[in-house]
This record gives sequence, C-alpha cells and structure tokens, in this order.
Amino acid sequence: MSITLVTGSYIFAGLCFILALAGLSKHETAKRGNIFGMVGMGFALVFTILGTVLATTGATPTTGGPNWAIAAILIAMVIGAGVGVTMAVRVEMTGMPQLIALLHSFVGLTAVLVGWNAYFEPMATDSAGLHRGELFVGVFIGAVTFTGSIIAYLKLSAKMKSKPLMLPHHNAINLGAVVVIIGLTVWFVIDPHLWQLIVMTAVSLALGVHLVTSIGGGDMPVVVSMLNSYSGWAAAAAGFTLNNDLLIITGALVGSSGAYLSYIMCKAMNRSFISVIAGGFGSDGQVTGEEKDYGEHHETTAPEVAAMLKSAGSVIITPGYGMAVAQAQAAVADLTAKLRATGVTVRFGIHPVAGRLPGHMNVLLAEAKVPYDIVLEMDEINDDFPNTDVVLVIGANDTVNPAAQDDPTSPIAGMPVLEVWKAGTVVVFKRSMNTGYAGVQNPLFFKDNTLMLFGDAKERVEDIIKAL
Amino acid sequence: MRIGIPMESGPAETRVAATPKTVAQLIKLGYEVVVVEGAGAKASYPDSEYAAQGAQIVGRAVAWAADVVCKINPPISAEIAAMSEGATLIALVAAPRSPELLKELAAQGLTVLAMDSVPRISRAQSMDVLSSMANIGGYRAVIEAAHEFGSFFTGQVTAAGKVPPAHVFVSGAGVAGLAAIGTAHSLGAVVHATDIRPEVAEQVESMGADFVAVKVAEQQVSTDGYAKEASAAYAQAAEAMYAEQAKVSDIIITTALIPGKPAPRLLTEEMVATMKPGSVIVDMAAGAGGNVAGSAPDKVVVTSNGVKIIGYTDLPTRLPTQASQLYGTNVVNLMKLVTPAKDGVMVLDMNDVVQRSMAVVSDGEVTWPPPPVAVTAAPPAAAQPVRPAKAEPKKRDPRVTWAVMAVCAVALMLLFWVSPEGLLGHFLVFALAVVIGYYVIGNVNHSLHTPLMSVTNAISGIIIVGALVGLQSASVGVLVAVLSVIGILLASINIFGGFTVTQRMLAMFRKA
Repeated sequence: MSITLVTGSYIFAGLCFILALAGLSKHETAKRGNIFGMVGMGFALVFTILGTVLATTGATPTTGGPNWAIAAILIAMVIGAGVGVTMAVRVEMTGMPQLIALLHSFVGLTAVLVGWNAYFEPMATDSAGLHRGELFVGVFIGAVTFTGSIIAYLKLSAKMKSKPLMLPHHNAINLGAVVVIIGLTVWFVIDPHLWQLIVMTAVSLALGVHLVTSIGGGDMPVVVSMLNSYSGWAAAAAGFTLNNDLLIITGALVGSSGAYLSYIMCKAMNRSFISVIAGGFGSDGQVTGEEKDYGEHHETTAPEVAAMLKSAGSVIITPGYGMAVAQAQAAVADLTAKLRATGVTVRFGIHPVAGRLPGHMNVLLAEAKVPYDIVLEMDEINDDFPNTDVVLVIGANDTVNPAAQDDPTSPIAGMPVLEVWKAGTVVVFKRSMNTGYAGVQNPLFFKDNTLMLFGDAKERVEDIIKAL
Repeated sequence: MRIGIPMESGPAETRVAATPKTVAQLIKLGYEVVVVEGAGAKASYPDSEYAAQGAQIVGRAVAWAADVVCKINPPISAEIAAMSEGATLIALVAAPRSPELLKELAAQGLTVLAMDSVPRISRAQSMDVLSSMANIGGYRAVIEAAHEFGSFFTGQVTAAGKVPPAHVFVSGAGVAGLAAIGTAHSLGAVVHATDIRPEVAEQVESMGADFVAVKVAEQQVSTDGYAKEASAAYAQAAEAMYAEQAKVSDIIITTALIPGKPAPRLLTEEMVATMKPGSVIVDMAAGAGGNVAGSAPDKVVVTSNGVKIIGYTDLPTRLPTQASQLYGTNVVNLMKLVTPAKDGVMVLDMNDVVQRSMAVVSDGEVTWPPPPVAVTAAPPAAAQPVRPAKAEPKKRDPRVTWAVMAVCAVALMLLFWVSPEGLLGHFLVFALAVVIGYYVIGNVNHSLHTPLMSVTNAISGIIIVGALVGLQSASVGVLVAVLSVIGILLASINIFGGFTVTQRMLAMFRKA
C-alpha cells in the first residue's frame, strides 16, 4: 500500500463529510447525510490504521512492534465505541444538550493530547519554529474547548449553578490570559521549553473555564454551538501541526459551519457575534430585581382550558425549556393529536433559542411523534398570532416576553420574540410566578388575555386531555 | 344593555344593520335587541325571523331610545334628537367630510363609533366595513357591466361561430378591485389589472388577472394600507398605460379612491373616445368625483361613440341581503371587542387603538381625528413605529469595510511570503474548506440544528487521525504511545456516539 492511497482516501473522506453536512440541512436528505458521514469516517479510519501498520512494520523495541500498536488501537477504539454508543442509546432526548457538550470536550482534550504528542515527537522539517507555533495554537484551542465544554456540560446538567459568575474585571482577565498565551507562543517558537507548553496549557484550560462560567444558562444554546465550532478549529490546528490535510479540511468544515450556526443563533437573540466569541456577552446576565407593579394575573383550570380548546378554531403551542424539564412532550403530542382529530388546527411555534440547544424543541417534539410540518419557526408563524384563538405557552418565558419589544430598558430588549400576546387567549403553563432564565419579569403574565395554569406542565396537559 | 336596530331612512337604502343571524349573536353577548318593524324587509329579512331569534319588534321611537343604536347611514337630525343622552351610536359617519354632523352628535351627549374609521390593522379586519362593502361593490360592478355589455364574457367556439372572450381591465387592486377581478375571471373574461402599489401584483395574479405595471422608477410603499397621490413622472407613465388599455379593453372598472381627497382622474375623454362602441366602463369612484371623464353619479352615461359609463354609487345596496349580513357581522365583531365580559355591558377602552380610532365622538366630545396608526402592510416602513425600542442598525462606512479587508489581505500575503511552500498548500485547503463549510449549511432547516451539531461533532472526531499518526513514527516513546491511545479512545467515543445519536434523532423526524 502506498502513501498516495492514504492521501486519496482522505480526499474521498473530505468529500463525504461535505456531502454529510449538506445533507443534514434538509429533512429529506438528512439520513443520507449521516450515512455519508459514517462512510467518510470509515474510510479515513481504515486507511489511517493501515498506514500505521505500514509505518510500524519498521518495529521499535519500546513499543514491541506493529502488533502491539494495532492491538492498542483496536482495544482503545472498541472501548471508545462501546462507551459512545451506550451513551448515545441511553441518553434522554431532553439530555441531548449535555451529551453534545460532553462530546465536544472529548475533541478538545484529544486535540490537546495530539499537540503534546507532537512536541515529544518533533517532526524533522526545516521549519520547526512554524510548526511549534501551530502546535501552540492547536493546544490552546483544544484546551479552551475542553474546559469550556466541561463547564457547559455541568451547567446544562444542573450539576453547577447556571447563574453567570461575575468576577471583577472579567474582560481584563480574559485579555490578560490571551496576552500571556501570545507571549508564550512567540517565546516557544524562538526557544522551546517544556515548561512553556505546560504553563500555556494551564492558562488555556483556565481561560476556557472562565469564559463559560461567566455566561448565563439562558445563553447556553449559543455557547454549545460556539464550542462546536471551536472543536472544529482545534482539529484544523492539529492538522497544520501534523501536516494532515484531512484534519484541516474536516476541522475547517466543522469550524466554519459551527461558527455560522452560532451566528444564526446570535441574530435570533440579538446578541453581538463578536462578543459571543470573546465570551463577554454574559455581562448583561445580571439583572437588578427591580420591583415594578405589573398588575394582577388571572388563573385558570385545566377543564376551562379544555373547553376553550374544544371551541377554538386554531391553536398554537409555543414550548420552551420547561416542557423538556417536565418531560411533557409526549403528553403535548397526545393533546395535539386529539385536537387535530376534532378538526382544530394545531401548530407549534418554535423560537430559535428555545431550550438549551439550537433545535432542541424540534428534537423533543419529533421524539414524541409530532409531525415536523406543523412545527414552524418564529418567523414563519409570528404573523399568524392575531388570527389564532388560543396559544398554549408551555414552559417558555423569555422567548414570549413582550418586554423585548416594549421596554427599551429590559435586558432582553430587541431580542425577537414570539408575539403570542396578539392571539385571542394565551394560556401560560408555569410552576410559579418566578422569572425565567434571563431573570426578567414577563409582562405577558399580567395581560388581560393571558390565563395562568400553575403546576407541573406534564400533569396539567394530562388533566386537559382527560377533560377533553 | 339594549341595542336598537332602526329602519334606514334614505329612500334608496335597502340594507339593515342587523340580520336575524347577527341578532342571535348579539343576544349571545348578553344584549337585549330591539328591531324596528319592517327594518329588514327590503333586505328580505322579515320581522318574524328577527322575532324567532329573540329580538323584540318595536316602533321607531323605542329603537332610537336604546342604549346602543346600530345603523348604517349617518343619522339625520330628527334621528339624533330621538337618541337619549349618554347612548352610543354605531354607524358610518364619514368623519373627515362631516364636521357639522360630529358637532351635532356631540351636542346630543352621545358616544359615536364610526364603522368607517376602523384602522387598517389585521386585528381590526373583522370590523372593517369599508372592506366588506367594497367586496360587494366590486362583485356588483362586474354584474352591472355584464348587464350593459352586449356580448359574452367567456370565449366560446360554437356551431354558430367563434366568440372571443371579453377583455376586462380593472384599475386599483384594493378590496373592490380584487373582488371585481375574481368575479370577471370566473365569468370567463381575460382580466388585466393595475395598481399604483407594485407590491399588490401578487394578489392580482392570485385572483386570476395579469398585472399591468406602470413603467417608472418610482415605487410607492404604503404605510397605512391606503393608496396615496402620485408624482408627475408617474402620472405621465400611467396615462400612457391607460391609453393603451382603453384601446384593447371591452370593460373597464375603476376603483381608485384616495381617502379625504377627490378621486384621481384615470381615463380622459380622449381615452374613452378610443374605446370600441358597446364597451362598458364602471366608475366605482363616481360619487367622489369620478375616475373617468364624463361619468355621472348614479347614472349610466352613453358617450357619442357608444361607450356606456356606469356611475352607480349604491352598488352594495343592490345586494341588500348579502350587504346587511356582512355589515351586521362587522357590527357583531365590534360588539365582541367592546363587551369583554360577554355580559351585555359595553365597555369602551380608549387605550385600545382600534376603539380609539373608531370613537369619533366620546361622551359628548368630538374626538376625531384619532392619533395616527401605522399598519404593518409594508415591512420596511412599519418596523419603526411598531418597535421604537429597536435601535437603527449601525451602517458601517463601506470604506472602512474595504480598508479592513485590504489590511487582512496584505497581512495574509506577508504571512504567505514568509511561509514555507508546504504550508501554503495546507492554507489553500484550509481556506477552501472554511468557505465550503459556510455555504454548505447556509440554508439549514431550523429544526435540524441539533442533528447537524451532533453530526459535526462526530465528524470532528476525525482528530483520531492525529492520534493514530502519533503511533506511526519510527520510534514511539512510551509517553507518546499512552497519550495517543487515550486520544484514540476519547475520539472514538465521539465518533461512534455522535453518529449513533444523530441516527437516533433523525429516525424520529416524520412528516404528517
């Protein structure tokens, strides 16, 4: 087997990955896209392992020859595959954000390990200085991705407080860390020492922790998508270090598509893209608990809502993270099917940042077998609210907050929201009158056409089904 | 509270403000309804049917003394005097043109909701009488034209020879225009239509007509849902277009009205003179000065070259049954809005833009004109008044953008200059992949964001190659071997987990 064959397989794999991403942008082609991804990955793996066999036939005393290497690779891969598949099969759809964040951290950590390896195993090239620079960049991005993703995982799985941590001068801390890393990089390029690599890795790890801890839970969809992008850049940087085009292609693909996805998210939340990349956008997460009289809210009961739904012509359901927390998606799907059977038009309006991951709600509703063509995006459905009889707000808060439009001083001012209050009646499912993730009071709850239905979303929806 | 439905006083008026069906709805809102004897007779609604729905049939004085009086035309002085102080009148009052009437109504201590002052916002559509009457008018205009026209509308090939289809041209694609287009099209005519607002072309085409645009650079975007007067350059281009259409059309229906102004003159005498004998023009704006030279209100004028110009101003009243039903439903929708508790008690909320706009007289005070309402008909102009909170997006100076790009380009060139040759190849690959990554998901469906992210996650497990390569070099140290194996393990979790979970998610998506 020749080295050209390995390179050829890389081209093939790269093309497969492009087709995979392209396929994933439409429902019709999504499954095919995933298969392309697997085929590409399979090719890359088989040929790289064959290449390793080829290279290690030279045998070295320390490793015990090719057999040892192959055995180690296979064992590691089998264990990894077992763990990965188990996690993927066991995960609840509501826990998807955590899983993805955790997976990102693995890529980050691997990138760090690859970078360190490259230091211990310097390649004989005439431009060693440049390679050391690339190595540093790779380790830096990998380390930030690693710890950032771990923090995101902890926050998403509620093992850590989602409130943003506000250290004094946090922007100065970030900037200082970056300056230190740049300084170390330059030094390392000119005169390499192991301690520089260690210090740089440590600073990068700390930076990753700090970047994500200072971001509030409400902004997590953007963070996850941003870390996705980072993990791609980490792979690309490793590719530069190792002179491996496949890593560069794949990393750049993932990096730029992830960045674009984050950009879409940012637009949906009216956040500045630059400040997200810089991690400084949690700064307005702190909200003064200003007391303002919003008036009275009106309470309702499940049978009343059932009666209302029965006589309604059209209903829109706007779910939020609360639906995921209460595991209410199956009950909601059941309710939807019952209403549709009686001739009521039921549609879903999904805010781009509903949930803790872009598209989180869609996945939950799909799991509960809600047909995807009645699940619409905010822009598609916002004009229809005035012609809608009943809106059910299930566990959403900030994404349906009229203050984003009416109150220029609100922390979420300018964020596009679902204009549910324009409908005939709005029923809000909520556990209590507490504020949402952004910590902002929601004037929607006090509107005259809003009725509050308190309690666990799943139980309340089931009550409504019973009363129908 | 009691709602009174009087008989319309004008001799030509055939409509009535409530039908048996809408009376039932008003009663359901908690009101007591009294109807003057014979009020619906001309619209084919006999008293017995009203009574059957729960209305009381009463004399004139009782109806006028009700708490709320619903009628169609503006009241005459004797009728105003018959109303009790503090009562509410719901009617068409033509507020901009009748300041005297408003004063008289105010002097009687009334509250007046003008059905013709409904703001053109989507929420208020259900009470927009102008729309519902225009719809009827547009339909009837075609029927009147067909009545006067000496031929078929539809083209036919018969044993007695081939009949060409009639060419109908509709000017103004408001509600009336669109209704006329639809009616003429369904009768089989070839329909063309134009409007000063180019954005309505789609609506025109949806009704079955071809849109004829005025060829001029200027475009009018409507902010309040109504048409405005046009500039001189536009007028010239429009004139040429009308002259051309006049020559080829058998039927022309004009619907152009500008609120508070005389109707624009669209067809001149010369244009009418070029039409074929037997052609018919319906000037729906005849009552407001006319779109067509030579039209006269409520008359059919025949020109010297045999063109008939119909100037009826009472088109909706020629369909009294339908018109009453639509008007009555508009009234019911208004009553629903002002009866939030559905308990038969009318509560006016002057903070509500719809109710504020309609209340032209409030508790004996003239409250016309209301503060202006902007409508979301045209996105660019409407976005500002609706959301004042949103700051204007900062427009960056294009020169700054170019300068930044130039600096980046120079910096990159310098980097490439000092780079070794091998690196440049990698850079090329990198740059192209970045661009591909951006475009390839440019149109990603929102609901697929999560699967997309998990698949990119699986793909970024390609970093495993980096770890594998670590084992390839000739003299692998123990440390490197261990780090590599850990890397392989972690990346494998990613690859297998990512693809499996993506597959799981995608399997769940299904279509209805």
